[in-house]
Amino acid sequence: MTSPTPNSVDETFELLRNGNYVADRSLATALYLSLSLSRPLFVEGEAGVGKTELAKVLAQTLNRKLLRLQCYEGLDVASAVYEWNYTRQMVEIRLSEAAGDRDRGTLEEDIFSEKFLIKRPLLQALEPSHDGPPVLLIDELDRTDEPFEAYLLEILSDFQITIPEVGTVSATEPPIVIITSNRTREIHDALKRRCYYHWIDYPDAARELEILTVKAPEVSSTLSQQIVGFVQALRETDLFKLPGIAETIDWAHALVQLNCLALDPETINNTLGALLKYQDDIAKIQGSEASRILTEVKAELAAHRA
Amino acid sequence: MQENASNGGLTVNIMYFVRTLRAAGLPIGPGRLLEALRAVATVGLASREDFYWALHAVLVNRHDQRELFDQAFHIFWRNPKFLERMMSLILPSFGADEPQENPEELSRRIAEAIAADELDESPNSREDKFEYDAAMTWGTNEVLQKKDFENMSADEVSAARAAIKRMRMPISTVPTRRYRPRDVGSQVDMRATLRAALRNGGDIIPLKCRVKDKRHPPIVVLCDISGSMDRYARMMLHFLHTMTNDRDRVHTFLFGTRLTNVTRYLRYKDIDVSLNKISDIVKDWSGGTRIGTCLHDFNRFWSRRVLGQGALVLLITDGLDRDSGEGLAKEMDRLHRSSRRLIWLNPLLRYDLFEPKSRGIKAMMPYVDEFKPIHNLESLIELAEIVGGNGLHSNSSMTNWRERAA
Repeated sequence: MTSPTPNSVDETFELLRNGNYVADRSLATALYLSLSLSRPLFVEGEAGVGKTELAKVLAQTLNRKLLRLQCYEGLDVASAVYEWNYTRQMVEIRLSEAAGDRDRGTLEEDIFSEKFLIKRPLLQALEPSHDGPPVLLIDELDRTDEPFEAYLLEILSDFQITIPEVGTVSATEPPIVIITSNRTREIHDALKRRCYYHWIDYPDAARELEILTVKAPEVSSTLSQQIVGFVQALRETDLFKLPGIAETIDWAHALVQLNCLALDPETINNTLGALLKYQDDIAKIQGSEASRILTEVKAELAAHRA
Repeated sequence: MQENASNGGLTVNIMYFVRTLRAAGLPIGPGRLLEALRAVATVGLASREDFYWALHAVLVNRHDQRELFDQAFHIFWRNPKFLERMMSLILPSFGADEPQENPEELSRRIAEAIAADELDESPNSREDKFEYDAAMTWGTNEVLQKKDFENMSADEVSAARAAIKRMRMPISTVPTRRYRPRDVGSQVDMRATLRAALRNGGDIIPLKCRVKDKRHPPIVVLCDISGSMDRYARMMLHFLHTMTNDRDRVHTFLFGTRLTNVTRYLRYKDIDVSLNKISDIVKDWSGGTRIGTCLHDFNRFWSRRVLGQGALVLLITDGLDRDSGEGLAKEMDRLHRSSRRLIWLNPLLRYDLFEPKSRGIKAMMPYVDEFKPIHNLESLIELAEIVGGNGLHSNSSMTNWRERAA
């Protein structure tokens, strides 16, 4: 069964919450706008702050099909939009030749009909579905090149695709479009202008703790407070790549696997690889810096409790 | 229309707000204003926070515009008599130590945008702004000099321009993952083949081919503008301007004691406009150099954004570092590892007896792929060739340099 889209910012907030996604008010507002006015939502943010997760949760809570287009350099129409089934077309030509029953005009019409069309995510997203319009996730748009970005303009503003041999395909109901970018290059304004924009920041301590409770319920509350305190402190330091929420959750899982009940310097040193992904960063934090941060975090938590 | 009539006041206010943002430099067209009205109508006015984020979703589309929007929003919507607040933003706050100068500068943009509407107050605020600039000058120990490009000698300018005009940059290319149709090639283009087959009735199937498309890689230029580099940096700017206007994906950064991204300013077709804008924005002309710090900033804040697609990096500096190479090797290593090719252009190579013995130079040498002079027009022309070539032939000279620096 399809679920209706939310009717207010509060409902949007609740919807995400039901899907175990702890959003802040600003994201809920942007998402609500995008849902109710049928415009794509363009989400930017550092790696691991839950951009892709947003689309997944949305598809799941609204009971919609999730169509995911992972972008990469050289992504072209054939793998993003549609492709003809050449083998079958060839066979069809040979068959009609053997039978000698068709003239050129009808053969051409036959060969380029929907029967031979292989639909890729963008075209699939425009198809009517009994579950309601699907969620289309265009992931890491910054990885592809400018020509593809330009191709998206028609789709995102009018929700239609032109196939030269068939004509224009347009969506009866526009899909829910989420576009993510890691900002490894600047996306052109023409595309952003067609979307609502949202920048997902690293969460503050309270929200990160909430996220951790939802995503890793098996972690004890003392441990998760320490984890969040430590990660928040790390984000204040001068690292090449700051840990995202995804890393926090990974780390929490890792610590549970190791039967760790509270953070201690040695465990941190051994598991730092779950949190930091650059050797320079690990070298900087490992050892004395880690234990210094840990002492501070513990002191702060104790002061908080008292 | 009816809706507009019923909340006419709000519509007009949103319009003024959009105009304020536009004056502050956010690129917002009339279409976006209509979008903003629709968004506000959808979200409703029940909560100030929702109102904020609704406008934010429509009017902001780059991360760095957030600060500007935030300030404009709070000034504009909290207090319609925003003038007093504006004044407090313009006046320097004595005593309070504010380490970030960026938000301050941005506030000035907002303040100016708002002040532009208040004609009677504008001379006053302009004076204040002037004082503020002066305060910033004393605050730091770098030479915050405004560079006058008029001082370039006429000969120098004309010679440089003539040479740069004559330069045709051969565009080096690298294969991409995209294909283009070609009559002869290694891969069959099925789509074109089928189409061609049907054109002659399906009796003959002419093979159509495709080959990998080629494209030039992005170029990132890091140019030193400290005192010792002064003469060359000015000439380089002409060159960089030509290069920026000649092709896409050229990013330019200037550094002395701090790093400034000037890519946008070099995009003006008129070189004089570009140079004027740059001299306005760059505050550390002809000061000292802190290569390590600047490269650190570049690596941390820009490398992921501009080096993502296999960029060619031109590093233009004499390698004379005020911090005597401290932390430089590490940053060079990272820069080298995240770029396709790192080319160091050093004007000191004009001396025949140049030996790579200074600490900064020693720290940098192991990490560069090519080490070339950049001190006269001839070497500028040569640079065009380096950028154009594939760089595979010059490894022997590089080994030589590395040995001498070791």
